[in-house]
Amino acid sequence: MAELTFREAIAAGIAQEMERDPMVYFIGEDVGAAGGVFKATVGLFERFGPDRVRDTPISEQAIIGAAMGAAMTGLRPIAEIMFSDFLATCWDMIANQVAKTRYMTDGQVSIPLVIRTANGGGTRFGAQHSQSLENWAMAVPGLKVVAPSTPADAKGLLAAAIRDPDPVIFFEQKSLYGVKGEVPDGEHVERLGEAKVRRDGKDCTIVALAAMVPKAMQAAEQLAADGIQATVVDVRSLVPLDTRTILREVVKTGRLFTVEENPRLCGWGAELASIVADECFDDLDGPIVRITTPHVPLPAADILEDAAMPSVERITRTVRGSMR
Amino acid sequence: MSTRVEKPPAAEIDRPTRLQLYQLMVELRDFEQRAYELFLENLVRGTSHLALGQEAISAGYAVAMRADDYTFCTYRGHGHTLARGASMAAAMAELLGRGNGMLHGKGGSMHLTDVRHGAMGSYAIVGAHLPIAAGAAWSAQVRKSGQVAVCFFGDGTTNIGAFHEALNLAVIWKLPVVFVCENNQYMEYTPIRSVTAVEHPAADRASAYGLEPILVDGNDADVMYERARQTIDMARNGGGPSLVEALTYRHGGHSRADPAKYRPDAEVREWLSRDPVTRYRERLLAAGIGEAEVNEIETRAQQKVDAATEEARNGAPATVDAIERQVWSDGGAAWRN
Repeated sequence: MAELTFREAIAAGIAQEMERDPMVYFIGEDVGAAGGVFKATVGLFERFGPDRVRDTPISEQAIIGAAMGAAMTGLRPIAEIMFSDFLATCWDMIANQVAKTRYMTDGQVSIPLVIRTANGGGTRFGAQHSQSLENWAMAVPGLKVVAPSTPADAKGLLAAAIRDPDPVIFFEQKSLYGVKGEVPDGEHVERLGEAKVRRDGKDCTIVALAAMVPKAMQAAEQLAADGIQATVVDVRSLVPLDTRTILREVVKTGRLFTVEENPRLCGWGAELASIVADECFDDLDGPIVRITTPHVPLPAADILEDAAMPSVERITRTVRGSMR
Repeated sequence: MSTRVEKPPAAEIDRPTRLQLYQLMVELRDFEQRAYELFLENLVRGTSHLALGQEAISAGYAVAMRADDYTFCTYRGHGHTLARGASMAAAMAELLGRGNGMLHGKGGSMHLTDVRHGAMGSYAIVGAHLPIAAGAAWSAQVRKSGQVAVCFFGDGTTNIGAFHEALNLAVIWKLPVVFVCENNQYMEYTPIRSVTAVEHPAADRASAYGLEPILVDGNDADVMYERARQTIDMARNGGGPSLVEALTYRHGGHSRADPAKYRPDAEVREWLSRDPVTRYRERLLAAGIGEAEVNEIETRAQQKVDAATEEARNGAPATVDAIERQVWSDGGAAWRN
């Protein structure tokens, strides 16, 4: 085990797969000599050269379109969209082309493509560089959607995404890039579509994604001091969704709380609430409660941004209030 | 204007190639005519965009392409897909929503694809397939496969961002891709000249990307074939991309819903007099090819379309098991366990 930051684990995951498979190519803005604006791809350009690690112009449609065309014809490209907010500039490519072409051709075409993107708030960048929009991707049939919460998963899930035969939108939460954690030595590959129980409790189940996982863990510690034992489930992959693990944990505790960084409407927690209400209604001992960012574009000032996003304090207060 | 329309090539194109060009054009013409008749019978549901009048472009390029080259085209893509050798019966059945359709009823008229023949898809969002074609060319370049991607699109595409992003990328990466603008004078229902800053929507933009302005008669199969050979050879030999503007005309409206009343009669008459199929027939006869041989090509094309129609009509309707099939590579549509 080595201790890596989340951003180092991303670079390690890409390097592992580029080493393994010569068909893996990586393109994006400032990803080459600059090593990425978030320094999540440092060293790749030097190691794999300018053909396999390629800088692109600021042309998001060209980045995703080119990656798709290459994926259809034998490469396994990784395309970086610098900020997830910029996905809006190439959403046709993602939602209409990448996601639908296999289906429309009834399987004539495979698109093994990973779109990596820096997602979410906490950096005071304002509303056009901070949104957490994994629910956009989740709403499109044909896209797999992954968002790791730890350095180990950043490497292992990214490796799994690169090996996956279908398009994967890989969300890297910006607020996690500096977080350190143990990453297994040697080849490390996780499986897509498996949630992970990060903490076991008997009183309630808190389901969280990406940067909300460490917050949920801290909240669970505080709740324990109040005598509330919370299970924390890290979703890790929204599509495919590991409902088996989540339903099992909800049934055990009888309560479900979701912690979502996305704005309120149609967040992934809403789908989860619907599934739980449908399939284990009789096991619930109280209402399903969603803890989200309010339905607003994210403000820039630190005091406003912190207050808008779910905090440890808000999670703790909400769960405590609801469990009373 | 610095750009001007090219004259037909002086160099003689060999007889088998010419017959092949004519055969292909007649087949594409007859297929589209039949598709139109089937709409009138209400057998084709949804929309359809015919390329009647634009056959010389499809044929000229398809004949010049290598079997493993890639074609990317638009929702007006029946001709380009068939020109690569895709099954006519499967295409017709797809229009009719049958289970024996090319895409088993899941794509429809606007998405004909047959990757076994290099027909990499018909794309129905204007401009989207230009970057995708560039990507296929990038893949060919790094795999050193010698393949070329040819990307066909309409004049309306030249005003959307993806056109410009794709051209810039193709030039800076020196990709083996040929972009072919089929300027049929109208973006849907509106004259292209009334919504475009320059007279020639593609050719006049070429210099912005360091490319040669190329303006050709898209209704002349010889011109198209020669241009195809030159641009494809250049791409294959590492010379990078080209942007070709081929002047042509839709004989019908934008889609089946459009009677095209907005077009002046004189303009329509003028363009019909330059019909690429009848014009090429006359050229073949003038070149000494016997009328019997030309008639034979026409009869065979008609028989091929008849047989395809019959096979399509006899196909069973698409089956509902297709609905939750092939979202993912495992063949299924599961998003949860």
